[in-house]
Amino acid sequence: MDFNFTEEQTMIRDSLARLIREQYDFDTRRKVVASKDGWRPEMWAQFAELGLLAAPFSEEDGGLGGGPIDAMVVMEEFGKGLVVEPFLQTVVLAGGFLKRGTTAQKEDHLAALVSGERVFAFAYAEPKGRYNLADLSTTAKKSGSDYVINGHKAVVVGAPWASHLIVTARTGGAQRDAKGVGVFIVPKDAKGVTTRDYPTVDGRRASEVYFENVTVGADAVIGEDSLGLVEQVTDEAIAALCAEACGAMKVANAQTVDYAKTRKQFGTPIGKFQVLQHRMADMFIEAEQSVSMTYMATLKLDEDEVARKKAASAAKVRIGQAGRFVGQQAIQIHGGMGMTDELAIGHYFKRLTMIDSELGNVDHHLKRYTDLSAADVAVAAE
Amino acid sequence: MNLEFSPEEIAFREEVRTFIEQNYPRELVGLGNREDLTREQFLAWHKILGKKGWSAPAWPKKYGGTGWTSTQRYIWSEENARVDALMPLPFGISMVAPVIYTFGNEEQKARHLPGILSGDVWWCQGYSEPGAGSDLASLKTTAVRDGDYYVLNGQKTWTTLAQHADWGFFLCRTDPSAKQQEGISFILVDMKTPGIEVRPIKLIDGTHEVNETWLTDVRVPVENLVGEENKGWTYAKFLLAHERSGIAGVARSKRGIERLRSIASQETLDGTPLISTTDFARKISQLEIDLTALEFTELRTLASEAAGHGPGPESSILKIKGTEIQQRLTELTLEAVGNYGAPYARGMDQSGSNEIGVGPEYSNFAADSYFNMRKTSIYGGSNEIQRNIISKMILGL
Ligand SMILES: Cc1cc2nc3c(=O)[nH]c(=O)nc-3n(C[C@H](O)[C@H](O)[C@H](O)COP(=O)(O)OP(=O)(O)OC[C@H]3O[C@@H](n4cnc5c(N)ncnc54)[C@H](O)[C@@H]3O)c2cc1C
Ligand SMILES: Cc1cc2nc3c(=O)[nH]c(=O)nc-3n(C[C@H](O)[C@H](O)[C@H](O)COP(=O)(O)OP(=O)(O)OC[C@H]3O[C@@H](n4cnc5c(N)ncnc54)[C@H](O)[C@@H]3O)c2cc1C
Repeated sequence: MDFNFTEEQTMIRDSLARLIREQYDFDTRRKVVASKDGWRPEMWAQFAELGLLAAPFSEEDGGLGGGPIDAMVVMEEFGKGLVVEPFLQTVVLAGGFLKRGTTAQKEDHLAALVSGERVFAFAYAEPKGRYNLADLSTTAKKSGSDYVINGHKAVVVGAPWASHLIVTARTGGAQRDAKGVGVFIVPKDAKGVTTRDYPTVDGRRASEVYFENVTVGADAVIGEDSLGLVEQVTDEAIAALCAEACGAMKVANAQTVDYAKTRKQFGTPIGKFQVLQHRMADMFIEAEQSVSMTYMATLKLDEDEVARKKAASAAKVRIGQAGRFVGQQAIQIHGGMGMTDELAIGHYFKRLTMIDSELGNVDHHLKRYTDLSAADVAVAAE
Repeated sequence: MNLEFSPEEIAFREEVRTFIEQNYPRELVGLGNREDLTREQFLAWHKILGKKGWSAPAWPKKYGGTGWTSTQRYIWSEENARVDALMPLPFGISMVAPVIYTFGNEEQKARHLPGILSGDVWWCQGYSEPGAGSDLASLKTTAVRDGDYYVLNGQKTWTTLAQHADWGFFLCRTDPSAKQQEGISFILVDMKTPGIEVRPIKLIDGTHEVNETWLTDVRVPVENLVGEENKGWTYAKFLLAHERSGIAGVARSKRGIERLRSIASQETLDGTPLISTTDFARKISQLEIDLTALEFTELRTLASEAAGHGPGPESSILKIKGTEIQQRLTELTLEAVGNYGAPYARGMDQSGSNEIGVGPEYSNFAADSYFNMRKTSIYGGSNEIQRNIISKMILGL
């Protein structure tokens, strides 16, 4: 058993940590988030230069030969710095689909992704679909060798910055069928695509995306009946998202402990009150357990389907709960200061809150885990 | 013991309901949960109630209170919550006024109570300082006697809505040599007095709800001292107990649960209304059960107050449980709206677009409300401090 990082992974982590320290301090982030664009394309170029965008891809795909652990390392640092740039959407999600695409798709899109030229967003959620990946009203109707897409995707994170979207749409079947879930690459400037862009509460940008008779050719098809692939890729993204949460929790905890050591009331540092000491001990435990679950989920991404899904859901449940607890207590222990926009702690709290609902919240994954366990029990009983 | 309402009480409920239906300003409907209203919006309902004589249900009748029984007051707050009415802000009606009519002199009563009742005068609370939060008694702002004036110097913080305030009640140190709790005075300050500067603090939900208040050589006539010099701590504690009992917010949380049910029946999970799923339905039930426990605890407190006992350390129970329920409620509401909890509606507002929000209207401020409600376990004496009070004052630890 070995939970150590390779030399390359340690190098990525250290150079990324330095970059964030130097160019992603909290005040700079605030300004960027409030700016018109809401992100820094030049930062993206630096990420590309550092090899972050190439890290998790195989050498044949033009990457550096890493995998999900490299994505995990990057995402944890991003969580620490509250980085808004769409690594999860572009590298983990779109990259996850593209690396399993055709040779032509890899040559075209994956190469441009790794070099930092193309930014992607993943358009999967719909207004009434909640967290069910198969609950799709968006349709992709075959017309010759083309597909015609119609529908509305909700809260597509990173879409305002993206040149391309990865879109799930029904190629067949009824609204929530497992069969007939297609995956397509759609340039955002394709005819018939419109967006409404907006900020999100945690300082990102997202869009409502509308498709009106958007026609794409065969080269845009990643899969026509691919719920399995969508689940695989989103499980990979869940592992990465958990890593981001771990990074955010670590910093939130460190800032809270620091604050409790220096803030004095009743003539003593508030960290001397046992109720707060125990609370911070619990916050520390939550964060450590979250790291364990993130490792577990990341290491099980290549196991059989049920084991992988259970691992991803288990991690997401634990991280959702831990993130809420850590976020809420961090604010509470900061007192009034925790409520202010000026301090970073509130922004960690907001990000942790949003991570819970991203790619399915605690309830969703607890149910998924329970259903998968029930299926296991049924098989065992036969 | 009796849970039934009498025929008189039922008639009272009808009267109140009709009055609210006919008089609650149309333009305020739906704004009851927003923190960023204008002064006029905040005061509109208060002023209408002032004219009717209903703005201060808890005051003694002789000062302009309604003379209602505790049951009537309970009905009153339920009926207001039913339409999410914007209730009068607590600083005048529930905080400073009871101090003035209990400890103030006749002149002060005559001068200040009418404006508080009518809603014409806006009050703010100048207690906390950067170094004095939970440990309020360590406050440093000074009031030095100079002839017929006190000269105030110091910095207050977290002064809620001071940007709109006409008057403030301030705790200041008048005897620096006395022990901490002694030597503090309770002083009324006209916020237009030269030397007062109010600077905004932005909170995590994007609102400007609180301020820093800087006092530089602010000259306040000595007649604005309430009660005795150096006895302010007694009045402050009296006020805090009042503040806490108002904080339970039972009627409003009941309304919040109704709203949550309505949202959960419009949101779907795999095509089924969220409210029909066991997981979510149980969470709402749990919340409602906890709220019922709080409600009956509050009713017991009200009954004991009606029997002549002032609000004691038991009010800490109301503060702790009331705020926990409010926080849980906004948390569940955010959960209910799913993906549409992410858009920052207030941000869209600021970017010049006049179309606010995306997704269903009820989702627009779900996240902001959740973020904002974290304040409730911090202010009014944090929930940790409340637990300290229970363990010391009630359990004798
Ligand atoms: C089933 C069982 C088997 C055991 N077997 C053995 C054995 O084989 N050998 C042996 O030597 N002992 C044994 N013990 C004893 C055990 O180690 C003691 O019970 C334990 O150390 C607690 O001490 P106590 O019972 O005196 O409780 P106390 O020390 O009196 O504690 C009472 C409560 O106060 C809390 N408390 C105490 N100090 C603090 C503090 N500083 N801050 C916060 N809270 C505090 C405790 O957590 C506890 O909740 C056993 C006990 C049990 C119940
Ligand atoms: C939105 C908002 C509005 C407010 N409005 C007003 C207002 O209008 N006027 C006004 O005067 N004030 C106002 N306040 C201030 C409020 O009363 C203080 O924030 C509160 O008293 C806590 O003080 P603090 O923020 O300095 O936190 P601190 O006192 O620094 O506390 C930090 C943490 O330490 C804990 N702690 C402190 N002491 C102990 C202890 N002995 N044992 C265990 N835990 C402890 C606290 O519970 C908290 O979790 C407002 C605050 C907020 C957030």
